[in-house]
Amino acid sequence: MTIEPEAAPGETPGDLIAELRFPARPARLKQVRALVRRSAAACGCNESWVHDLVVAVDEACQNIIRHAYNGRRGDIVLTILRDGKALVVRLVDFAPPVDVTRIRPRPLDELRPGGLGTHFIHELMDEVTFLPPPPGAGNLLQMTKRLEPS
Amino acid sequence: MTIDVRTEHGIAVVSLKGDIDLQYSPKLRKKLLELLGERRNLLVDLAHVRYIDSSGVASLVEAFQLARKHGTRFGLVGVSTAAMRVLQLARLDRVFSIFPALDDVFGAEGWAS
Repeated sequence: MTIEPEAAPGETPGDLIAELRFPARPARLKQVRALVRRSAAACGCNESWVHDLVVAVDEACQNIIRHAYNGRRGDIVLTILRDGKALVVRLVDFAPPVDVTRIRPRPLDELRPGGLGTHFIHELMDEVTFLPPPPGAGNLLQMTKRLEPS
Repeated sequence: MTIDVRTEHGIAVVSLKGDIDLQYSPKLRKKLLELLGERRNLLVDLAHVRYIDSSGVASLVEAFQLARKHGTRFGLVGVSTAAMRVLQLARLDRVFSIFPALDDVFGAEGWAS
């Protein structure tokens, strides 16, 4: 199955920088981080900007692996686009649709081990939105971060 | 990720190297809880950590909480730029005892043996 970057109706897809379809497994995240790092660095952004983007994408992939697929097998399609002065990252999965209203960062004044990933994503990205997924997919998460060339 | 454990001045020093992510954080969690089970003061050296995610940070939080429960010491040393960024995002840089270098720990109150 081919996922087109212009999957979400009404959205400007921008220029395709990279696309990767990979099994939703923890062992694949290193490869994903490397691709995101290379793609962001190619846009001329500084090291800390690139690191922040890598963290956000990695955490979003983790959420798909842990919560959307929740032990089931499946793929994730990562698309990185450049839309003017922003980098747009889309993650499509084929898991059952998630209840978006239940995904929110937890208060940081509670000292407990879990639940930090969603906070990181919202802290590091300028926009985080679930869009209507393409036919046959479960969820489409779009994250946007304004470029800050070094 | 590699985990190296040694003892200095009676403190268990856990040196981590590489990426601490969803694949490897369970291994880190197990090692930290095992060492804390021996009621030892524990330091985690993050100088050579290139990347740490929320699951790695969660392992550190769990270890911190267990140390507190046991009345033993838990601290971080030589935190890399990448690791510090993530700790700051989680507001944990204000929670953990963080030392620039091992020598700073040995002179600190409550740590020297």
